[in-house]
Amino acid sequence: MAHSVVAASPVSRLLSGAVVVLYSLVSIAPLAWIFLTGFKNSADAVAYPPRILSPPSIEGYCDLFTIQTSQDADYISHLPPSTGPCDSLAREHGRVIAGASKTPGRFFNSILIGFGSTFLSVFLGTLAAYAFSRFKVPAKDDLLFFILSTRFMPPIAVAIPIYLMYRQLGLIDTAVGMILLYTAVNVSLAVWLLKGFIDEIPREYEEAALVDGYTRLQAFVKTVLPQAATGIAATAVFCLIFAWNEYAFAVLLTSGTAQTMPPFIPFIIGEGGQDWPAVAAATSLFVVPILCFTILLRKQLLRGITFGAVRK
Amino acid sequence: MAAVSTATAARPSQATRSGGISDRGIAWLFITPTILLLLAINIFPLIWTVRMSLTNYKANMGWMKYRFVGIDNYVDILTDPDIWDAMQTTARFVFWSITLEVLLGFGLALLINRKFRGHSFWTTVILLPMMLSPAVVGNFWTFLFQPQSGLFNYVVSFFTGIDPASFQMIGDVKLAPWSIVLVDVWMWTPYVMLICLAGLRSIPDYIYEAAEVDRASAWRRFWSITLPMVMPFLMLAVLFRGIENFKMFDMVNLLTNGGPGSLTETVSITLKRAAFEKWQTGWSSALAIILFLTVFGAANIYIKVLNSVKRR
Repeated sequence: MAHSVVAASPVSRLLSGAVVVLYSLVSIAPLAWIFLTGFKNSADAVAYPPRILSPPSIEGYCDLFTIQTSQDADYISHLPPSTGPCDSLAREHGRVIAGASKTPGRFFNSILIGFGSTFLSVFLGTLAAYAFSRFKVPAKDDLLFFILSTRFMPPIAVAIPIYLMYRQLGLIDTAVGMILLYTAVNVSLAVWLLKGFIDEIPREYEEAALVDGYTRLQAFVKTVLPQAATGIAATAVFCLIFAWNEYAFAVLLTSGTAQTMPPFIPFIIGEGGQDWPAVAAATSLFVVPILCFTILLRKQLLRGITFGAVRK
Repeated sequence: MAAVSTATAARPSQATRSGGISDRGIAWLFITPTILLLLAINIFPLIWTVRMSLTNYKANMGWMKYRFVGIDNYVDILTDPDIWDAMQTTARFVFWSITLEVLLGFGLALLINRKFRGHSFWTTVILLPMMLSPAVVGNFWTFLFQPQSGLFNYVVSFFTGIDPASFQMIGDVKLAPWSIVLVDVWMWTPYVMLICLAGLRSIPDYIYEAAEVDRASAWRRFWSITLPMVMPFLMLAVLFRGIENFKMFDMVNLLTNGGPGSLTETVSITLKRAAFEKWQTGWSSALAIILFLTVFGAANIYIKVLNSVKRR
């Protein structure tokens, strides 16, 4: 019996596996390197030859969350006993902690803007997707095309008029302005993705509910929404990841109070340029939630990146 | 019996239903908010941009009276050698990144499709980079590209014996364009891979079995079955990545910021510099419109392919 074309032979399977594993390891190495750098001290982070394993240090995380000022040894020796590991570490370097850094506020902005825009886009998207999926809407295909085409607008091109508009409305550097903007970008993805999910729910459920005397709205809330829960959750995660990662609008339209993490991370600087352990620490904290969500979403990823068109 | 009676009790009266909104009303009620938001945040600014593109307005000097200059800005841009340079830079970046991503992504998809043990775990590992923030990715690759201490330079020197301090990926005129291609390929090969994998999985086994009966060679099977069947999916990936890379801003802005000089200045970076550093609002609005029209044309094709894949 000759080998089947459909199932690969054991040898070719083993070889394919080896190549794929090798690629995975090479491709994950940069990310692993950033995680390790977050736990190095500033000398080890830029040492030559690069040190893979170095004595773990929390210096990067201390620098990320505190503001430090240089003091002379005499001043430091007269201070009361240090209050924690970060304090001692700063004193070893001839510095004292002067207060908390902007980092927690920036993280808070990312969370607020991310969740706010996700909630709004999923809310609007679910309603529109349901209407497109179930009702006769005039010029349906054109409307759907219009909605998706807005997703392709180059952010810098949109940012020019948005900047002027927001300046007029006092929305520059505000969370409300960013939430509205990200909602507008995400709602197209939400409508398309959710339409795919709602299309898959058999109409019989609603029809049964209608026969039972429910109104359309009640049927929507009681039969469609629960059935679409997985799809809504997956859509929400995609919207959240987009808003969390967005940089172009954030860097042009926020500078302080509403600044999110992506434009903030590159400006984490120490003495003489970027403080790499602190940047790596910030990057690690920033990407870990995304990595977790990606693993949770892996089955829906294909749908997400093709606007619901490709399912399997 | 008890269950039946609660069901009856929960059932709304017929009166509520006839008093509810008509299906047509619900359809409009559900779709209008999304359309209004998109009109306010996308279409209105777009019209504003068209208006500004016909003026010599400067947004940092709003008090100055501006005047209409007709299509002067457009003529200016289309005859500006710097713009054509930026267009060529962008085109080269798009060409090389997409070519490499297709080769690597398709290759990996073919290997993963042989379903070796643990293939789904390694697929998830491979997918991680594409979910990250392009800005954060651009930022941490500058660290990996550091001339002496960077991991990338070290690995290159480890395998080739070249002195790691002797080349700068970001600072060198010859290497900088390749540094943005390299990072883009690292980040987006998984995207192409995932879509190709979906294409491969959409091919029914019986086609290969029929080819086996006809004694078609492996090479022949690839060219007459695999490639044509995966083609629509591949088109989807190529078009989407092509559009995204054509308007690429965040990763390049943080990795090279268009440098050295304007060597890696993609159109979006030119636009940012003109709009938000030189404040040539009128001129950059015209460039934004040109950029938008190009992207819109390509997006049109993309959505057509998307719909054709969806109907299969």
